[in-house]
Amino acid sequence: MTNMTTIQARFQLDYGDFKLDVDLKLPGTGITVLFGHSGSGKTTLLRCIAGLQRAPQGLLEINGHVWQDSERGLFLPTYKRPLGYVFQEANLFPHLTVRDNLHYGLKRIKQNPGTVKLEQAVKLLGIGHLMERMPERLSGGERQRVAIARALALNPEILLMDEPLASLDFKRKQEILPFLSRLHQQLDIPVLYVTHSQQEVAQLADTLVILEDGRALASGPLSDTQSRLDVPLAQDREAATVWQATVAEHEADYHLTRVAFAGGSLSLPAVDAEISTPLRVQIYARDVSIALEAPTATSILNVLPATITGIADGRDGQAVVQAQVGNQALLAHITRKSALMLGLQIGMAVYVQIKGTSILN
Amino acid sequence: MLTTADLDTLLLTCKIAGIATALMLLIGTPLAWWLTRTSSSLKGIINTLVALPLVLPPSVLGFYLLVMMGPAGPVGKLTVWLGLGTLPFTFAGLVVASVLYSLPFVVQPLQASFAGISEQALEAAATLRASPLDTFFSVVMPLAKPGFLSAAILGFAHTVGEFGVVLMVGGNIPDKTRVVSVQIYNHVEALEYSEAHWLAGCLLLFSFSVLLVLYTVLKTQPVAHPLK
Repeated sequence: MTNMTTIQARFQLDYGDFKLDVDLKLPGTGITVLFGHSGSGKTTLLRCIAGLQRAPQGLLEINGHVWQDSERGLFLPTYKRPLGYVFQEANLFPHLTVRDNLHYGLKRIKQNPGTVKLEQAVKLLGIGHLMERMPERLSGGERQRVAIARALALNPEILLMDEPLASLDFKRKQEILPFLSRLHQQLDIPVLYVTHSQQEVAQLADTLVILEDGRALASGPLSDTQSRLDVPLAQDREAATVWQATVAEHEADYHLTRVAFAGGSLSLPAVDAEISTPLRVQIYARDVSIALEAPTATSILNVLPATITGIADGRDGQAVVQAQVGNQALLAHITRKSALMLGLQIGMAVYVQIKGTSILN
Repeated sequence: MLTTADLDTLLLTCKIAGIATALMLLIGTPLAWWLTRTSSSLKGIINTLVALPLVLPPSVLGFYLLVMMGPAGPVGKLTVWLGLGTLPFTFAGLVVASVLYSLPFVVQPLQASFAGISEQALEAAATLRASPLDTFFSVVMPLAKPGFLSAAILGFAHTVGEFGVVLMVGGNIPDKTRVVSVQIYNHVEALEYSEAHWLAGCLLLFSFSVLLVLYTVLKTQPVAHPLK
C-alpha cells in the first residue's frame, strides 16, 4: 500500500568499517530530525535519500514516488529527484551572484514553478538586499540563508538539510534558528534535518530519529522518542522533553502565561504572544521531581497528575523515570534512593512537580 | 629586418599553433576531466602516455610519428585507405604531431584546475537539477577558467617553439611545413646571423610575454611538469 503522506526509506550498505542498516517510515509533514553523533550514519542516510550516495540495497519512496528500488534495479539520479538539499557548508556557486545562484535550479526545472516560491523564500529568509552580491562577500549566516532559499525556490517535494548550522558560530546559529522555526510553520513539505545538536532537536523536531552505528535506535514523535528509556539520550545530563503547547491565557497581575498542551496546562513566565500561538516548552528531566500525593503547600506552580510508565537506572546513583502527563511523555531524573523510598513502580499514579521550563520559540 | 619568407614562416607557425591548440583543448578537456575523476586502473598508463612528450627527446617522438604515419605505418595505411594520402611532410601531419607533442601542456593545467573544484560544488549542482553534462558546462568550465587560459597559452606557446618534431615529421617545405624555429636554423646554416637575430628576437619576446602573463595576470604555475 502506498500512503501519500509517508516516506519509506530502507537502506543497507557496508563499507567494511561502517555499515548502514535502516528501515524507516517517516511522516510526510513537519520536520523529522535525524539525530546522532558523528559516525552514526545520519549524513550517509540523508545522502542516500538524495541519491548522492547509492546504497546497494535500498528502497526509497517519497509521497508515493519510488526513487530507488534496488530489487528492480531502479535508481533515480539526484538531478532527477524533486528535492531541495542544504549542505553543511552553504556550497553556493562562487562564480555566480546570489541572484544567479537562486535561479540556477529554477532554470533547469521542467514544470517551472515560476518565481512565486523563490520570492516567498527570499522574503522568509530576509535576503532581498543581497541579490547582486557575490557569495564571497556574504557572511556565513547569509550564505546559509541563500542556500536554503535556493533549495526552497524549486518547490521541492522534500527538503533535506545536512547540519545546516554546524559550520556557523553561536551568534550565526541564533541568527538562523528563528528562520528555520518560521520555515517550520510555513512549509507544507516534509523536512529531513540532520544534526548532532540537542538544542536544534528541541527547537525544530516534530519527529525524532536517533541513529547510532548506522542503525536507527528509535524513531517517533519528539517527546515519545526523547523519553524512551532504552535510548542513551534519556540518561544524558541535558535530557529533556519538549511539549508542543498553545498560549491559553495571560495572567498579567502575576506576570504569567498559561499554556495548554494535550491533556493539561502549564504556567510559564509571561510570554509576549497572542492567545493560541503555538509554543515549544522544554522541560529538563533534572527540573522534574515526583510526589506520591498532591503537595498542598508548595511554591512550585506546575504540579500535574501523572502515571509512571517506566523506570531505569541512570548514571551516578540516579533513576530515570518516564511518566505520562495527559497525552505527553515526560522524563524525570531523581535519585535512586528517592525512587526506592517512594516505592515507584510502573502504573503508579503520582504527581510531577516541574521546577522550571524554557520556551523555545 | 624580417624578409617576406620570414613573415610567411611566422604566419604558418601561428596557423599551426592555433589549429593545434584548438584541437588540444577539444581532446584535452574530456581527457583531463576523466583523468581527474576516474578511479580506473587505466589512469596511470594514460597519464604516462600523455606526459611522455615532456621527457622524450623531440627527435625520438618525431621519428616514431614519421614511421607510424609513413606509407608502411599503421596510421599511414589508415590515412591512405581513407583517401587522405600520407601525413608526413604535410601541414596536416605537422598539426597532428604538434597536438601529440604539446598535449601535456594543455592536459596538465586543466587537470590541476579540475582537481581544485570541490566535489561539493558538483553535488550542489546535482541537487539543483543539473545533469552531469550541464554541470560541466555551467559549473566546472566557469570555475576552471584560469586553467583553460593557462592551457591554451601554454599549448600555443609550446607548439610555436617546437623544432625537433617538426624537422622529423614536417621537413622544411616553404609555406607548408617551414615554421619559425626551422627558418632560424636555415638562417644560421646560411650564416645569415642578422636575419636569425630578428626571428629569434621575435620568439624570445613572445615567450617572455606569455610567461609574464601566466605569472602576473593568471598567477598560475605555468611549468606543469609532473617530474619536477
